[in-house]
Amino acid sequence: MTAATSLKINGDLLRRIQAHGVETYPHECCGALLGCDADGSREVLDLLPLANRRNDSPRNRFEVTPGDVLLAEKTARESKMELLGWYHSHPDHPARPSEFDREHAWPWYSYIIVSIDQRVPRDTTSWRLRDDRSAYDPEAIESAAHTATS
Amino acid sequence: MAVKVIIPTPLRAYAGKQESVELQAGTVGEALAALTARFSDLKKHLYADDGRLRSFVNVYVNDEDIRYLQKDQTRVREGDTISIVPSIAGGARN
Repeated sequence: MTAATSLKINGDLLRRIQAHGVETYPHECCGALLGCDADGSREVLDLLPLANRRNDSPRNRFEVTPGDVLLAEKTARESKMELLGWYHSHPDHPARPSEFDREHAWPWYSYIIVSIDQRVPRDTTSWRLRDDRSAYDPEAIESAAHTATS
Repeated sequence: MAVKVIIPTPLRAYAGKQESVELQAGTVGEALAALTARFSDLKKHLYADDGRLRSFVNVYVNDEDIRYLQKDQTRVREGDTISIVPSIAGGARN
């Protein structure tokens, strides 16, 4: 399937997302994607790792509270970036969005999912929700050459 | 009352690309109804099929969560700012 959108991110940042997933295994990790989006060209320039607030079921659920969303927006704004989306891990599960993911998403955001299989990072994918909320479309992950800002 | 509704970045495409919208309303419910009447494509991203706000959609008047006020019956005053902030949720299995 050809992805209609793409997301640039460099290898250092991708490895940080994977390392976060390994660190929190067997629980899901989560965090914010900060960067720039201009004329449909979207690039992640930094991450804001966040705590998974879903204490009752952290192995197969994650939650970022509104307070942490506002923190991510503020962090992006102060660095003259935008809050582009979110990442989370799927411990021992494929890097595909679930129905639960779809019901709790908005379009425009990029949603990166990394699968962690017995503490080993496997696939990393990115997705965007369709305008009509019917499904996610895969988003191509392109490697970027620059160095992470932190 | 004239109130301002801040449109979160992901939803601006459904609100004429505006960062905020000024509306006349007496309650939060009236403001959101006026907003979604003006921009009908917003509705499905704010409300579930049963007509309730989606569980991950949080609404604030100034800095106060309407869940701890009178929910959609919360009165608004001239110059109040209404913010729509998502919780981000998901997970591996259905």
